[in-house]
Amino acid sequence: MKLLESVGRIVAISRKEIRQLRRDRLTFGMVVAIPIVQLVLFGYAINEDVRHLRAAAVDYANTQNSRLLLADAHASQVIDLVRKASSAEELEEWLRRGEIRVGIVIPADYERRLEDRKRHGRSARPLAQILVDASDPATYGSVAGLLNLPPPERPGIQPPRWRYGSAISGVSNPPPTFEARPFYNPERRSAVHIVPGLVGVILTMTMVLFTSVAIVRERERGSLELLITTPMKPVELMVGKILPYVLIGLIQVGLVLGVGALIFRVPLRATPQDTIVAALVFITASLTLGLLISTIAKTQFQAFQLTFFSFLPQMLLSGFMFPFDAMPRPAQWIAELMPLTHFLRVIRGILLRGARVVEMRHEIWPLAVFALVMLTLAAGRFRKRLD
Amino acid sequence: MSESAEQVIRSQGLTRRFGSLVAVDHVDLEVPKASVYGFLGPNGSGKTTTIRMLCGLLEPSEGKAQVLGLEVPKEAEGLRRRVGYMTQRFSLFEDLSVFENLDFLGEIHSLKASHRRSRIDTLLERYRLADRRKQRAGTLSGGQKQRLALAAAVLHEPELLFLDEPTSAVDPENRRDFWESIFQLADEGTTVLCSTHYMEEAERCHLLAILDHGKLVANGTPQQLMDDVDATVVEIQTEDPRRVREQLAGMTGLLSLAQLGNRLRLLLHREVENPVWQVEEELDIDAGATVQVVRPNLEDVFVVVTRDEVS
Repeated sequence: MKLLESVGRIVAISRKEIRQLRRDRLTFGMVVAIPIVQLVLFGYAINEDVRHLRAAAVDYANTQNSRLLLADAHASQVIDLVRKASSAEELEEWLRRGEIRVGIVIPADYERRLEDRKRHGRSARPLAQILVDASDPATYGSVAGLLNLPPPERPGIQPPRWRYGSAISGVSNPPPTFEARPFYNPERRSAVHIVPGLVGVILTMTMVLFTSVAIVRERERGSLELLITTPMKPVELMVGKILPYVLIGLIQVGLVLGVGALIFRVPLRATPQDTIVAALVFITASLTLGLLISTIAKTQFQAFQLTFFSFLPQMLLSGFMFPFDAMPRPAQWIAELMPLTHFLRVIRGILLRGARVVEMRHEIWPLAVFALVMLTLAAGRFRKRLD
Repeated sequence: MSESAEQVIRSQGLTRRFGSLVAVDHVDLEVPKASVYGFLGPNGSGKTTTIRMLCGLLEPSEGKAQVLGLEVPKEAEGLRRRVGYMTQRFSLFEDLSVFENLDFLGEIHSLKASHRRSRIDTLLERYRLADRRKQRAGTLSGGQKQRLALAAAVLHEPELLFLDEPTSAVDPENRRDFWESIFQLADEGTTVLCSTHYMEEAERCHLLAILDHGKLVANGTPQQLMDDVDATVVEIQTEDPRRVREQLAGMTGLLSLAQLGNRLRLLLHREVENPVWQVEEELDIDAGATVQVVRPNLEDVFVVVTRDEVS
């Protein structure tokens, strides 16, 4: 009975909110305009040079020379070799889950290929393979610089450089050391990378803003004073106010992805269920942030200010505008606290790399924790009193 | 029924501070059931703050209050279904229609759909809003908005109704109508606590408390207050009020002097004997003024009690 009444009140608030929203042309327009304008604006963004990409390697040859090659690749600072894989399949799986951006496969016949290269020069096979998560074209651009890394050899066994040089005289243009295998975005179109990110950015902007403003507006117009003298409970008000925006958030996701697929031919590799689950978790996280802001801001203007205050660092540090791997460490630590950072990884993972949501759970739980913390703080701050 | 059981509101030493400002200062109240209880006071005298504390919207800094037998603010949740509150500002949703506003609040109060509909119909009829049913609340006139706010406040048939300056945005005719509605509610058993700064409204109340600078400076029935006023009221009819004013300025025992057209209203200390004679003494013979003692009205009461406060 109690629960039923509670649900009744939540539904009443939600329905009221939708009614008001429908009549508020400006807000209603923003629901549609923000995604489309942003999409067009960011659709053609600029790429950056990236360093310190998380990488892993599988070394089937495991010779001194192959280890030297890996060490040199690491020393280039383009990649940071953080793990060793036991198979190429494992490498690919890590790549899909977003744990690494680059994978190096050194074949078992590495030494022979090294010999071939000296003998046949240009026509020889590449020495090793490099797998790149090219969903961010910037990543691929940086890795391209590694492809012609000269293969190091142990000096003891090796003839001196000048003699070695004469041994392959006539070979002026050696074959690339690595053969690149770009994954997920072989054409390296930036839109492919930007559009899923935009889903996150747009949700951050609209969800936080709408919720914070929705509650502050009640306070500003005096209706909160009326509502808190009714049997309505704070949590009912919050949930009832949030629900319509969850729906709006999902509509926006559909809008961005739809337009993205249509105009920018972004591949959508995720199942709808996975997309919805990922979006729901992130929407909830953003809405709870909006709720917290609404308990702090006294006017709609303050709510706007606080929203942008929370929005800007997320925009800059989450990996949407600048590649995450290229940022200095402290910035990365801060970014790890932001919901958008995690959501970008999830949504790119499932949309571009075809990962399942369960495979991305290591990025989902930080979002859930964030939502829980925000909700607790907000509920603590929102009391059914005016003081 | 014992006397205390009939008190719907009791407060002892109710106090609220905002920083160094004492908005409400040790207010003791007793509001009997089914009465229309008025709060009279100028702006900033603590009327709204007192009402908010009694609703459980604000926590008292000191003192305690019982409303409908419940301690506030501790048990304020239990009051929600039994109390109606009409805020000073129109606080319904301007972008919802008249019906939608009431329907929404009905749902918040968990009124059953069929009962809700019939109750809304009754109220729309009673408060002459039936033809405005589909109109957005924001486009209603001042009087209509006020009647809608009243309908919203009594939708769930509360035992106690708080009205915070309900008529401040309304013309005199609507104000008269509104008071008819208030008495109708009181007749039906609802206790009404209504704040106002209009004397003629205050005079209609069964009981009245006068607030000034957060303190309760007088209370009782309007008649009692007027009878007990600690001053003599003298009215002077004159062709030249300005001149008379000047002549009276230094008179001993003069509490206040106000001009109403060609009349001057004087409040004199009770101790002043033979007030008419005393006043005539002060005036020039040729002033052509008629002087008489009149019955005090509520404004006189107000001037006297709030004057004491200052001195």
